[in-house]
Amino acid sequence: MAYAELAETEELHEPKSFITKYIWSQDHKVIAIQYSLTAIFVGLIALVLSGLMRMQIGFPGSLEFMDASTYYQAMTMHGMIMVIYLLTALFLGGFGNYLIPLMVGARDMVFPYVNMLSYWFYLVSVIVLIASFFAPGGPTGAGWTLYPPQAITQGTPGADWGIVLMLVSLAIFIVAATMGGLNYVTTVLQARTHGMTLFRMPLAVWGIFVATILALLAFPALFVSAVMMLFDRLLGTSFFIPAIISLGQPLDHQGGSPILFQHLFWFFGHPEVYIVALPAFGLVSDLISTHARKNIFGYRMMVWAIIAIGVLSFIVWAHHMYVSGMNPYFGFFFATTTLIIAVPTALKVYNWVLTLWRGSIHLTVPMLFALAFILTFLVGGLTGLFLGNVIIDVPLSDTYFVVAHFHMVMGVAPILVVFGSIYHWYPKITGRMLNERLGQVHFWITFLGTYAVYFPMHYLGFLGMPRRYYAYENFEFIPQSAHDLNAFITVAALIVGVSQILFLFNLFWSLKHGRKSGGNPWHANSLEWQTPETPPKHGNWGYKLPVVHRWAYDYSVPGIEQDYLPQTVSEEELIRLRESEGGQKSTDQEMTGNADSEGGE
Amino acid sequence: MAHSPQMRTLDLGEPGGWSSPDPAGGLLWRFQATKVAVRILLAVVTSLFMLFVVTFIGRSQFSDWQSLTGPLGPLGNTSALWVNTAFLVLASISIQVARMASRKHLRSTVAAATVIAGMMAAAFIVGQAILWGRLAEFGFTVSVNPAISFFYLLTGLHAIHIAGGLIAWMRSMERVWQRQAMPVVNAGLELCAIYWHYLLFVWLVLFALLTSKPETYAAIAALCGLR
Ligand code: HEM
Ligand SMILES: [Cu+2]
Repeated sequence: MAYAELAETEELHEPKSFITKYIWSQDHKVIAIQYSLTAIFVGLIALVLSGLMRMQIGFPGSLEFMDASTYYQAMTMHGMIMVIYLLTALFLGGFGNYLIPLMVGARDMVFPYVNMLSYWFYLVSVIVLIASFFAPGGPTGAGWTLYPPQAITQGTPGADWGIVLMLVSLAIFIVAATMGGLNYVTTVLQARTHGMTLFRMPLAVWGIFVATILALLAFPALFVSAVMMLFDRLLGTSFFIPAIISLGQPLDHQGGSPILFQHLFWFFGHPEVYIVALPAFGLVSDLISTHARKNIFGYRMMVWAIIAIGVLSFIVWAHHMYVSGMNPYFGFFFATTTLIIAVPTALKVYNWVLTLWRGSIHLTVPMLFALAFILTFLVGGLTGLFLGNVIIDVPLSDTYFVVAHFHMVMGVAPILVVFGSIYHWYPKITGRMLNERLGQVHFWITFLGTYAVYFPMHYLGFLGMPRRYYAYENFEFIPQSAHDLNAFITVAALIVGVSQILFLFNLFWSLKHGRKSGGNPWHANSLEWQTPETPPKHGNWGYKLPVVHRWAYDYSVPGIEQDYLPQTVSEEELIRLRESEGGQKSTDQEMTGNADSEGGE
Repeated sequence: MAHSPQMRTLDLGEPGGWSSPDPAGGLLWRFQATKVAVRILLAVVTSLFMLFVVTFIGRSQFSDWQSLTGPLGPLGNTSALWVNTAFLVLASISIQVARMASRKHLRSTVAAATVIAGMMAAAFIVGQAILWGRLAEFGFTVSVNPAISFFYLLTGLHAIHIAGGLIAWMRSMERVWQRQAMPVVNAGLELCAIYWHYLLFVWLVLFALLTSKPETYAAIAALCGLR
């Protein structure tokens, strides 16, 4: 029975337990869905904001209400929502919550109550954030980096209330993320089932696990900068604000250092990129392996690469500050570390490609998204190599080249994984498949559309078109053709934006009308596909916990007809399978979920 | 191809939590897990205060910095801080006594030491609050100069952490009060003590930092490449 149907019947029979089951729930699966739906909801707001911005850039003046302030507010809220309230919340609070206990074979998170609190804090932070749209003066327009002094001085939109609400919201979000993070890490360390060693965990868990550690250690930097900026704004301290003449009047502040804020912000900000990327790496590894029916290439190398990237991500932050006037030796150091971090990252890309090599690639919707991710991440990563070098970054900094780079690498790439993962795990969550045709249409529009949006932006960046500008009229160096290109980009962006309705429709339509999936439609090995019920019941495993005998990547094992070996298959069972080779097919191979082509080679 | 690498597994009671066939094993497991969680929490707290310390040192290298401990500075006389430090040390000692006594099942010692520990920690917070009040009275409000701003910010944040520790203490107190089984009382006190000792350590670092001489800051800043 689908999740929503269950919820309905519960409500009819026992409204009180509906509330404890689906609202004040302590079940990690319900909390995961709460997190995900909230994140998708704010994500849609951010998407609409990006459409409004693109209208202004592509067709200047077409929106009546769009002035410079509104543009900056839309830009700031778009960036912050996408990075923090959508992607971070979705990967850790959504996928982390759903998958960690199921994949390591636990009944729930170790501290379900704290887990529930984590969601409610997150919800409060979202409400505070949205409240800033209605505050006097509107939300802050300081840019998602919130650099002082302009973030809190008059003249910047939202300098009165918007920025205060933003900082408070971030502080609450950090508390929420910390409560969640303590749970995820402790659950991975302490609640793995029998036989589930660390090096048998699926890479999805590894990615989320290391990302959570990054979050736990990096978010304090954002917390510190948020609290100190609140002090500057509300109590008149001078942590970040230098002596300044604003609108003709000297302010009370003196001596503060805006650069100090930049260091703090990026000490959080760069790991944040990997807080989003590492879960994406992990999830996509599992998608690729499952849908190519091949074991992941270099599993241990993949794990160590995740760890190495996590560690290195703490010593590259100042590559966001090449143009802040810092010591050239600093620039040299950070350029070097930045290029070093490319090594484990490139390793991962090679390993994905080698996993695909001679695999039996099933072009399912999750696989399409996974393949698109590899390509997109490659493009974004390569432009990152350019920008990591000081001399190349200086002229390109604050141009559309940067906008193109970071959207490719941390906007589009992770979003593609989000989509792929939702298509992949939806059957486990609801018991039904998402519609495949709709999924394919959604994929092609999104994939080709985002390339139409972001590829040309690199070129605009080379022209020197600056980012964070509200209007580009009357610049001699921007030719008419660039304006035409901007109009084209806007059209593409709007098509991509509107096409997401297909996805939302699919989500809701399939809840009732999707094809029944059975417990393991992709014939996958990891534990979440081996639950006694689908969707899994409270407690996940029935009476006894599963026992794990192998890693999660035994696909197409030679000598066995069934092309996958779930982690729960023991050596004795394996021998029996070998003996019965050529005999009858195993039963659940008959309820083939999505195999448009059969088995391995 | 079952070359799944082998690693040691921790088998502590029932992994995964509830419905343990053996309730004592389940309890032990939960206690161990919570201990791990407390350690991780301490790592987060470390990150938070470390970043504040680094920021403090960085900010101290700007020309408008005025030392807190100069002859006319607000902390020219540190006796109040020493008194508060004494409270916090006593709180840590008492909780340690309670922790050890609970291992030996000395119920009345546990009760007395736990109560004293809570009172000492509360006294620390009250002492800090009195100090803030006095400073403000003398005109050293939060925005007077950056060192004072840091003083309020850091001591305030630390006090909030102590208050959080008192919440954990209240749960232990409840268990003592209800005369719950000694291992249960002990488990709570163990966790409480780890956190409290750690906050004492953080306090000592903050105390040293806030009352050091500008030359010390300059030296640290030079060492960290912040100058
Ligand atoms: C169809 C999808 C998207 C479109 C059309 C879009 C469009 C835009 C536009 C027009 C800007 C402002 C550029 C400027 O004026 O400098 C922007 C900024 C930004 N976007 Fe997106 N975006 C999309 C998706 C995303 C996603 C998924 C992320 C997640 C990481 C993201 C993160 C950001 C960030 C961080 C900024 C910078 C904001 C700032 O400069 O303060 N965007 N985007
Ligand atoms: Cu970076």
